[in-house]
Amino acid sequence: MGPSGTGKTTLLQLITRQLSPDRGQVIVAGDDIAAYSRQELYAMRKRMGMLFQNGALLTDMNVFENVAFPLREHTNLGERLIRNVVLMKLHAVGLRGAAYMMPSELSGGMARRVALARAIVMDPALLIYDEPFVGLDPISMGVIAELIRQLNDALGITSVVVSHDVHEIGEVADYSYVVADGKVAAHGRPQELTNESSELVRQFMLGLADGPVAFHYDAPDYAEQLLGPSPD
Amino acid sequence: MFRDIWQTLERFLHSLGGMSLFLLRLLQFTPGVVIRRFRLVVYQVYNAGALSLVVIMISGLFVGGVLGLLAHSSLEQFNAEDTTGIFAGLGLVKGIGPVITALLFAGRAGTALTSEIGLMKATDQLSAMEMMAVDPVRYVAVPRFLGGVVAMPFLSAIFTAIGLLGSHLVAVEQYGVDVGAYWQQMQNVMDWEDVSEGITKSVVFGIVASLVAVWEGYQATPTAEGVGRATTRTVVVTSIAVLFFNYMITAMYI
Repeated sequence: MGPSGTGKTTLLQLITRQLSPDRGQVIVAGDDIAAYSRQELYAMRKRMGMLFQNGALLTDMNVFENVAFPLREHTNLGERLIRNVVLMKLHAVGLRGAAYMMPSELSGGMARRVALARAIVMDPALLIYDEPFVGLDPISMGVIAELIRQLNDALGITSVVVSHDVHEIGEVADYSYVVADGKVAAHGRPQELTNESSELVRQFMLGLADGPVAFHYDAPDYAEQLLGPSPD
Repeated sequence: MFRDIWQTLERFLHSLGGMSLFLLRLLQFTPGVVIRRFRLVVYQVYNAGALSLVVIMISGLFVGGVLGLLAHSSLEQFNAEDTTGIFAGLGLVKGIGPVITALLFAGRAGTALTSEIGLMKATDQLSAMEMMAVDPVRYVAVPRFLGGVVAMPFLSAIFTAIGLLGSHLVAVEQYGVDVGAYWQQMQNVMDWEDVSEGITKSVVFGIVASLVAVWEGYQATPTAEGVGRATTRTVVVTSIAVLFFNYMITAMYI
């Protein structure tokens, strides 16, 4: 968790090596992922699933084909088996009935659930969620939170969720890290974080408008700027 | 000023180098894509080729008509209107046919390719493929590149054929040039080398136009403005490159 612009998504991109670090190491499953060859990286990514902020469904394929995509690319399963696996994953996210709809026909919440089905279709060991609650109505938000928790428990996988939604994270997370200014500001169980003494963490957890993260962005003196000469 | 010129030159060389490496990557993956994803290539040939047919045919008819008009009005001053077919044929087959086809291709299919890939990038679809361990260059770029490369010679041939028909309509049907003379003179003067020049041009233009379109889409800044700029660049860069290569190939054949 952390305020906007603190580098949460960047951190995810480093973990998945969508970005390479300028210095330092990123250790994933015991290995420095930055040192992987392309082949090793792809082998690792087959063991990862990622849910993008907007779902990132392939727009020229229907829901069924989107979920079947990783299976078709990486396995030699027969058509019958692919069909059954895809329908099972879609059933798990409650969208078996939408299997033949196009992405443009889905609501934001539905698109994210389809993307979730696609992320788990290869039975990954690590599931990564980038802001899964952004832009969703309360019902969809509840559904996604429920699915994150259920899938994590049912599949026995590790889930990393990046979000600034304090309430929803409190519902799904076993352990949380608050990131600010590129550093870990606090960590602990969600309920422990609300009692954190750090002002920044308290500001974030309670949603206060002003505090260590100032309401006003850095600017010259107000009176001086208003009364001073105009730039042109 | 010199610094500006130097920086522009540096940017141009940088972009040219990047595009050349990208072309090598596309060619490296081509055999695998043709074998494993043949269906995708066929779909892209349809996308770039069949969907451009109407604009190519209509333009071919009018360009051929204009050639017929100009050739006839000039040649009749020397009582040589029977040779209208030669001018229309040589002009369309060796030069105008492939060039205008490539320019129309850049406007119709090239811009569509660039904006499609750019939007896929802006909506994280390419990143999603990367995260699913699927290389977007193999899955997205190569089939689209091959689609354009395969479609262009056919489009150019169709443009030229319809152009000849347009010229025939003007010269023979409108101005009464003898139909036998129109086609016979063309057949007498033109040889295989003229046709091969046209084919060479259409193949080279196909590679250039498809490469530029796919590259620009791939390099687009993932915003609405970025995709718009990339689409514009596709038309500008393709047009200049096509005219440059047209000159080079023409010079080579003379």
